[in-house]
Amino acid sequence: MPNETVQPIKFYQTGTLTVGNRLLDPEKRTVQASGERTNAITSGHRACQGCGEALGARYALDAAMRATGNRVVAVNATGCLEVFTTPYPETAWQLPWLHSLFGNAAAVASGVAAAMRAKGRPEVRVIAQGGDGGTTDIGFGCLSGMFERNDDVLYICYDNEAYMNTGVQRSSATPPAARTATTPAVGDKPGNVFGTGKNLPLIAMAHGIPYVATASVADLRDLEAKVQKAMTIRGARYIHVFVPCPLGWGSASQDTIKLARLAIESGLFPVFEAEYGEVVRSRAIRRKVPVEDYLKPQRRFAHLFKAGKPDVDRIARLQAVADANIKRFNLLRPDGDA
Amino acid sequence: MFQVRIHGRGGQGVVTGAEMLSVAAFLEGKHAQAFPSFGSERMGAPVVSYCRIDDREIRLREPILVPDALIIQDPTLLNSVDVFQGLPDSGYILINSARGFAELGLGEYITRFQASRVCCIGATDMALRHVGRPVPNAALLGGFAAITGLIKLESVNEAILETFPGKVGAGNVAAAAAAFDAVKAH
Amino acid sequence: MLKQIEGSQAMAEAIGLCRPEVICAYPITPQTHIVEGLGAMVKDGRLKGCEYLNVESEFAALSVAIGSSAAGARTYTATASQGLLFMLEAVYNASGLGLPIVMTLGNRAIGAPINIWNDHSDAMAARDAGWIMLFAESNQEAVDLHIQAFRLAEELSVPVMVCVDGFILTHAVERLDIPSQEQVDAFLPPFEPVQVLDPADPISIGAMVGPEAFTEVRYLAHHKQMTALDRIPELAADFAAAFGREAGGLLKSYRLDDAETVVLAMGSVMGTIKDVIDDMRADGARIGGVSLCSFRPFPIGPVREALQNAKRVVVVEKDLAVGLGGVVAANVRMAMRVFDVPVCTVIAGLGGRSIPKTSLRRTFEAAARNELEGLHFLDLNWDVVNRELERAGEKRRSGPVAENILKDLGLIMHKVM
Repeated sequence: MPNETVQPIKFYQTGTLTVGNRLLDPEKRTVQASGERTNAITSGHRACQGCGEALGARYALDAAMRATGNRVVAVNATGCLEVFTTPYPETAWQLPWLHSLFGNAAAVASGVAAAMRAKGRPEVRVIAQGGDGGTTDIGFGCLSGMFERNDDVLYICYDNEAYMNTGVQRSSATPPAARTATTPAVGDKPGNVFGTGKNLPLIAMAHGIPYVATASVADLRDLEAKVQKAMTIRGARYIHVFVPCPLGWGSASQDTIKLARLAIESGLFPVFEAEYGEVVRSRAIRRKVPVEDYLKPQRRFAHLFKAGKPDVDRIARLQAVADANIKRFNLLRPDGDA
Repeated sequence: MFQVRIHGRGGQGVVTGAEMLSVAAFLEGKHAQAFPSFGSERMGAPVVSYCRIDDREIRLREPILVPDALIIQDPTLLNSVDVFQGLPDSGYILINSARGFAELGLGEYITRFQASRVCCIGATDMALRHVGRPVPNAALLGGFAAITGLIKLESVNEAILETFPGKVGAGNVAAAAAAFDAVKAH
Repeated sequence: MLKQIEGSQAMAEAIGLCRPEVICAYPITPQTHIVEGLGAMVKDGRLKGCEYLNVESEFAALSVAIGSSAAGARTYTATASQGLLFMLEAVYNASGLGLPIVMTLGNRAIGAPINIWNDHSDAMAARDAGWIMLFAESNQEAVDLHIQAFRLAEELSVPVMVCVDGFILTHAVERLDIPSQEQVDAFLPPFEPVQVLDPADPISIGAMVGPEAFTEVRYLAHHKQMTALDRIPELAADFAAAFGREAGGLLKSYRLDDAETVVLAMGSVMGTIKDVIDDMRADGARIGGVSLCSFRPFPIGPVREALQNAKRVVVVEKDLAVGLGGVVAANVRMAMRVFDVPVCTVIAGLGGRSIPKTSLRRTFEAAARNELEGLHFLDLNWDVVNRELERAGEKRRSGPVAENILKDLGLIMHKVM
């Protein structure tokens, strides 16, 4: 975390306030700036252009490898990440990697961690990872069990807000009003219904586990820092990473980072850290934007912006969601990061 | 093969009684097979357990339909369960009751059995006196040793102590001895 | 060492002697006493170097086992009935990944209607999942099969399910010989995985496989089980040499010489059947038995050899393929297809229904007279069945079948059986 007494200026990886790695102290530079980086997911995999998940997973796992001296095992739930990295007989993974099922990544990771303890190799750390479907829906039971037992596993959820691998169906992480294949934009209540879904970071916190954080591909340095921090902690840890999906969201490939940033700046995706069930830090909104700025570039929300007939009511309700987040996590404050 | 069926209610140590009996037989070098009536019964529900004793390996896995001996841990079952089912006239009957067969309404029924093979003993009172809890299973095994002569009281005692170490075991051994004596006196 | 001990506790001791490194436990009757026994051994330090995880479901139990086995730890879990069905996706996954997990299945019926008692419906639901499935005839064999199972699983890198009849074996207290640690150590070498998650040598396990290679992967799984057809008898022989008693193998014959009627069964009912065979032999009947231990792989050749001189075969099985009949019998018929010999199915012991000697004898005698139908339900209460059929025929809303039947049976529940 920045030293608040000497660090009033924020550096950002991309966008209008981007600075290069050269302006950072060498130890603060991203692992991606090094030619000798670990490269958990090597090139040649088959993710779509602009895939937020591929980007988030590579940064997260590279950071974990650096933090552990490469002593890390990854367990993967079924999903896009699993499919696009391991088309038989190829694999993009440069670390030991195991895929079992859709709904059991957390439990499988618990097993790997238990084996490492039994084998007298507790220095080998374990990461479980999955998409929002594999985490908030089908894998939720195993995840809650892993949390509750405080097993020594870092679980990373790459949240692109629907089942993208199977063709963009609604998950319990799909936002209200979003069009998916199972919540089509038809009828008088188009898209996903309001008042549904679950907030997994808050549920993770309710387990009282040592560390919960949210992160975004809009701020990869922050993601790296959180993964590195998580690897210094023993017990169950959870990082929820916001990863736009151009295919599922109907957005331009080059807009992945921009949309991720707008989700933060609108208040729709709060970025925070929690320890033992309490929020300890949140990332303040730099320049607040209305939710329309985030929603408009995505075809999954296009039904809200019909020519001459915007769905004022539903846009207002989404704005209310953002405002509630801003209030809950105190995201608009003059002091910046807290 | 000698087959024993124990009737009682959940919480009276019916299953443990059969197991201790099997241990006593084992200690005498016999083969024994104890098993419960496999229920999900809670406290107070009718429960049955079984014990087979033989000089060779026991392969049979059916419940005991034709018992050589019956131990009835709770006389209130007489009105609700056909406890005597399958018992031949050569069988043994040991009932936990301070009252006699006549008072239990069995005066006429038991005349078909050999008098030396049927007995009522107040095992719950003995357990209360020696153990402090109304669990009559160990005392009844002492009575079983006396009435059948199939196993020694010493073996019953050893089986009890293996199951209940310490003070509880000692109390149960005393209860078994009291029951053994009561049957012998009968 | 001889002990008078509950089957589950004896199995727990045997499994402990195999030095498992990770054990996952989730309670379901009737396997619970086994994992309870192991939990106590880990907690009080008798079983060292073992991680014991209390998980939140059977699906998690086997998933944890998948992770720990893939990370190179000797791994054990147990389940029964609904639990096996709840983990079934992981059951297939464990064998697909070739992970040598050993799991006890405390055989129990599957609902609805919910039923906690013994039959083999659970095992049959997983029969094609790629696990080696061994059925124990007695508690001594249950003890011994677990020791063989770890060696078999790890040699071939395939999971092994040891099936033991719920309650009948798991809850019976009997005289059992528990081997010593030295004996087990001499028989069972440390686990040397063929694949392992190790940062020093990173590999990917669990890749997606398309049509171009899936058949080959599946064939190799089949090949592995065919290899087990050779290894299972060899291991049983090794075991007999080391421990001085017979256990396991593909199948065991009982008094087959000159037998015209041969009864084949799996699990503890074989004990009762042997007693019936002895009784009938004493009265001059030409009858013998085959106890099938290895259900998967199914030993087609050895079954055919054992049954080749039979004039008729009776398969007693504790399961029902609804709409077909017997599962084991269907497999036996595959072995017998070269002979013109009737194979009758006797469905028995469903949901814990007692299998009395008298009923078996009556059935075998009918078979010997060639009067047994192809599919026979032992001790089926036709009165109850016909009343319910009548009721259902009378009106549309005839109500739930199970509850209707229980109402008909009324006080019969209070009989001993």
